[in-house]
Amino acid sequence: MLAVLAVVGLLVYGLASKGSSGVALGDEAPASALPRLEGRGEGSLSEYRGRWVLVNFWASWCVPCKQEAPALESFQQRHGGPRFTVLGVDSRDLEGDGRTFVERYRLSYPQLRDGNGEAAHEFGTTGVPENFLVDPRGRVRLLQRGPVTPEYLREAVAPLLPGARS
Amino acid sequence: MRALGAIAAALALALLPAAPGLAAQPAEPPASLTELEGEVMCPVCGTLLELAESPQAQREKAFIARLVAEGRSKAEVKEALVAQYGEEVLALPQGSGFSLSAYLVPIVAFLIALIALALGVRRWRRSGGGRGANGDRPTPPPAGPTGEDSERLAADLAKYDL
Repeated sequence: MLAVLAVVGLLVYGLASKGSSGVALGDEAPASALPRLEGRGEGSLSEYRGRWVLVNFWASWCVPCKQEAPALESFQQRHGGPRFTVLGVDSRDLEGDGRTFVERYRLSYPQLRDGNGEAAHEFGTTGVPENFLVDPRGRVRLLQRGPVTPEYLREAVAPLLPGARS
Repeated sequence: MRALGAIAAALALALLPAAPGLAAQPAEPPASLTELEGEVMCPVCGTLLELAESPQAQREKAFIARLVAEGRSKAEVKEALVAQYGEEVLALPQGSGFSLSAYLVPIVAFLIALIALALGVRRWRRSGGGRGANGDRPTPPPAGPTGEDSERLAADLAKYDL
């Protein structure tokens, strides 16, 4: 009987540790520490508490990610500062490919690396790219499954950024 | 029971080499692109890399091909893949941490079943299973017909011209 319970317990643990997760609007955004894509050490969404953060999950092999990268960089150039930043998360990607992508599109915003896709799983992404606007208290305020466009950034994201230059 | 314990231990030892990471590793064979693609996963597709054709899989295949061309061993290539994608890139779980349960649970379950079977057989034998009503003595063969039965049998046989 004990053996059966032990086996069932292991199965439940396995399922629970790999079970479905994700965030909805108003939920607190996951803030696990991840290695920085460029440079050393780790970074986390929690470092940006007090700022608006547009968390952008991407990968170098993803075609829509290439299409949205210039729009994100342009938005960062326009609105980035002490109250807002884009935070890129390179997910399930080769580190070298990710760095090349950042160089090619001249991305200036901070980048984290999510090689095993654990952070993407915590956010409940279903692919790349996906974008989550997180408010200064760490709550998800906008969620965009798929690439963002300049229009979306201008019309949906920018109005939520108090004090941002317009 | 001592004999059963010895059998269980021998079986456990016989099963252990099936679990990589638990047994002594043989000499590392040279890396082969085709072989590796059958032993690692495409993390995005959730299938073996050899079955995957996604853009991520193509990049992963190119990464492996480059390492193989550099003369890296299979273990080194897998180590590099784990560094890039995490342990889930391996088709077979590693013999450490929670992944170890993938190998240990079947072995432990088998041993528990073996012990339960042995205990059941022991209890059955103690309760007299497989023996006659005379305890330890073997059941005697059934006796032939006697008395009235023998007379009737003889009378019946006499009716036939054998």
